[in-house]
Amino acid sequence: MATINLNVNGKKQTIDVDPNTPVLWVLRDHLNLTGTKYGCGIAQCGACTIHLGGIAVRSCQLPVSSVENQEITTIEGLSENGDHPVQQAWMEHDVPQCGYCQAGQIMTAVALLKNNPTPSDAEIETGMNGNICRCGTYLRIKEAVKTASKSL
Amino acid sequence: MTLANKHINRRSFLKVSALAGGGMVLSFSWLAGCKPTAKEELLALPKEWFELNSYIKIGENGTVTLFSANPEFGSNVITSMPMILAEELDVDWKKVMVEQADFFPVRFERQFTGGSQGIRQGWTPLRTAGATARQMLVNAAAQTWQVPAEEITTEAGTIIHKASNKKAGYGEMASLASTLGVPEEVKLKEIKDFKIIGNSKKNVEGLKIVMGKPLFAIDHKVEGMLYAAIVHPPGFGMKLKAFDGASVKSMPGVKDVFSIKVFNDDYERNFFDTATFDEMVAIVGNSTWEVLNAKKALKVDWEKAPESSFAVDARGNKITIKVPAGLENSADHKAKMTEYSQKPGNILRRDGDPEAAFKKAAKILERTYTAPFLAHNTMEPLNCFAHVTADQAVIYGPTQAPEFIMGTLSNRLGLPKEKIQINLARMGGGFGRRAYSHQMVEAALISQKVNAPIKMTYTREDDMTSGVYRPTYSATYRAALDENNNLTAFHVKAGGIPETPIAPNRFPAGAIDNYLAEGWEISSNITIGAFRAPRSNFIASAEQSFLDELAEEMGKDPIAFRLELLDRAKTNPVGEKNDYDAGRYAGVLELVREKSKWDSPEPNVHRGVSAYFCHNSYVAEVLDIEIQNSKPVVKNVIAAVDCGIVVNPDAAANMGEGAIVDGIGNAFFGDLPFKVGVPEKTNFDKYRMIRQMESPKSIEVHFVKNDIDPTGLGEPLFPPVFAALANSLYKATGRRYYDQPFAPQLEMQNLTM
Ligand code: FES
Ligand code: FES
Repeated sequence: MATINLNVNGKKQTIDVDPNTPVLWVLRDHLNLTGTKYGCGIAQCGACTIHLGGIAVRSCQLPVSSVENQEITTIEGLSENGDHPVQQAWMEHDVPQCGYCQAGQIMTAVALLKNNPTPSDAEIETGMNGNICRCGTYLRIKEAVKTASKSL
Repeated sequence: MTLANKHINRRSFLKVSALAGGGMVLSFSWLAGCKPTAKEELLALPKEWFELNSYIKIGENGTVTLFSANPEFGSNVITSMPMILAEELDVDWKKVMVEQADFFPVRFERQFTGGSQGIRQGWTPLRTAGATARQMLVNAAAQTWQVPAEEITTEAGTIIHKASNKKAGYGEMASLASTLGVPEEVKLKEIKDFKIIGNSKKNVEGLKIVMGKPLFAIDHKVEGMLYAAIVHPPGFGMKLKAFDGASVKSMPGVKDVFSIKVFNDDYERNFFDTATFDEMVAIVGNSTWEVLNAKKALKVDWEKAPESSFAVDARGNKITIKVPAGLENSADHKAKMTEYSQKPGNILRRDGDPEAAFKKAAKILERTYTAPFLAHNTMEPLNCFAHVTADQAVIYGPTQAPEFIMGTLSNRLGLPKEKIQINLARMGGGFGRRAYSHQMVEAALISQKVNAPIKMTYTREDDMTSGVYRPTYSATYRAALDENNNLTAFHVKAGGIPETPIAPNRFPAGAIDNYLAEGWEISSNITIGAFRAPRSNFIASAEQSFLDELAEEMGKDPIAFRLELLDRAKTNPVGEKNDYDAGRYAGVLELVREKSKWDSPEPNVHRGVSAYFCHNSYVAEVLDIEIQNSKPVVKNVIAAVDCGIVVNPDAAANMGEGAIVDGIGNAFFGDLPFKVGVPEKTNFDKYRMIRQMESPKSIEVHFVKNDIDPTGLGEPLFPPVFAALANSLYKATGRRYYDQPFAPQLEMQNLTM
């Protein structure tokens, strides 16, 4: 156990936890931020995507001790009311089916658009390739990213 | 005018008074003290709700809550089923809130999601429920205003009596309406008057999903909850021998380690009681990470399981299921299937004299198709929350079929069903896997043992190796042609481990004078279960690939050839048991021909066609491939669908798109091989799933417009896409693809996948 100082969604907090615990489980079990999902645990599916200093990372393979005091954003921190342009675009295209992968998809998309505000189709495909959607909503994801790109 | 009798869905019309004292009336989401959603706040919650029937309650301020009774796994029944209620209730969709009902068999008739049956079987009951509630509001107004009910009309939540110029909102009449008798007969709307059905409505949970709200059981947490993991045998044909709990009990955060047994030995299982491992080790602790660490460290010994058997009541049919001993290999599966495909099978249908026709044939085309075991791989792994105390149990988990696990829970926990509450979580995918809810029993047993609320989560590896797979199959097709290249006989022999995929009365049965269908089965200890369009998902691919090759052999256009066969089945059908409507089947082929501009294809595009009927709906698909930098790229998939009336068109298209992507993914990559009983893939590093880059660049879903009662959509677009892909790949590469998955063969042809 160790005392870890975290900065999640603009809120500084201290937790007492095994320093090897992946950020994913700290978010879900300790901070009750369950929007970040467990899908594979081995950085293969993208369900656990969060932002670390604005960059999309897989939280399932990230020991909590390595992110002390760094700026973490989760899906819950993206907007107060779901009005982030990417979230809005997701609703406009009615992207989700089961919805389980979508927080991860959205976090990847937000980071992608931050780096490249007007991605081409091929760039969207490459940028979103790390996120599996078992329900197969890929086309709508692509369209939503394009819509968001226009309104950002 | 359609009159519907309320007796069709007796339970749904129970009034709240009849339930007083029934205990678990309030929905779980209210019990859990969830904050109201943005929409709920916007709509202003009423001071009081008046319940008109099990599905509908109306507040004094006119706000309407509709219950969605079926479990939601992504097909969006939580939007489309309330749309049906809202249509007949005649309310403004903007004033509607939808709430997921929990498992409540006293109130709801059929809380099952699967088999593409939700909308089909819900259609008339939901319309009737909506219309009945509307009539009660009208009757309340008639009584209040002292005018005949027949003179009263409604419009989007307002009750109107034109002659006396009286108007009232539903909210004003709800209190009185809720005390009135339920009308014996109600009038349903004319289809042409539909305002909500047929007009796309956004997913009612869309906002919650994009905000990452805790909608799934895996997100659930209560005060004092402990976390649990399980360790099940690593392979099939194995069982628990011993474990050393002491080896991990002292690890940080670990509370308890013990074994659990899913079924009582004398328990008669039901059809959906498939559980691969009857006994496993459970680890309980303070956090997921701590129990996962203990799981890794736990010393467990496994041993070979002897042959065993158990009793099953398969929908009234009492049978004994034998589970063979042994550690199976995919190589042996393949050899055995080849052997069986060459032996006579069980004759399932025989028309004319196929043997004689084959003897006389000038030419015989024979092809064999195979497909491997598949894992469902729902994005949300199996998990469940349970809180079991001495005299009651609350279970909250992802399940497609709560009623099929209720008896199992009751038997195993030793609690009467009335003391067990199953709450329905939104599911992170289902695809058939969650029709089997053994994880609810596992979670309940763990909670019972540690006497605390617990949440049990399978790791991805646990999930992928837990069985209940799509079986492996093989199908051999033969066609006899005479000297003029006319088709004279057709023979299919298909089987699998452990079930045959054949539906012997489906097309092309009924279209060919001499027809023979045979099936065979090979037993196995690898457990199987429903997987999106069970059996159809394979047999469609084999049949539709074969018809493509046969059409080519006969020098015919593949669509024209199918239409010829369907014309025969329509005008002069062979046999009486044909279970498809040849006219509707031809209709989707004609529509796809038109929409895909089949007769004037673009240059450099390789296209394949396929069509199938299953789960009461008809689908034809054209798939276009382009080879770009040695890579087969799916440019476009055009689907034509006849599922009758489409309730929520955009959501229906979304479902269709997903099924097409799913089919392409499984056709290219899906494969779960076994070695000495152990699945060789346990996570997404090895089990390849379709991703954004391999997804089609465009998908069009076109619906046949008609007034036929709606049928299902979750499954029917899935089976035909495998062959549409294989047939277009043939055009692109000059090679036929008989064995799924296709990617390894394409790679051998120096294509990159
Ligand atoms: S859970 Fe982290 S990538 Fe899958
Ligand atoms: S919406 Fe179900 S996994 Fe993506």
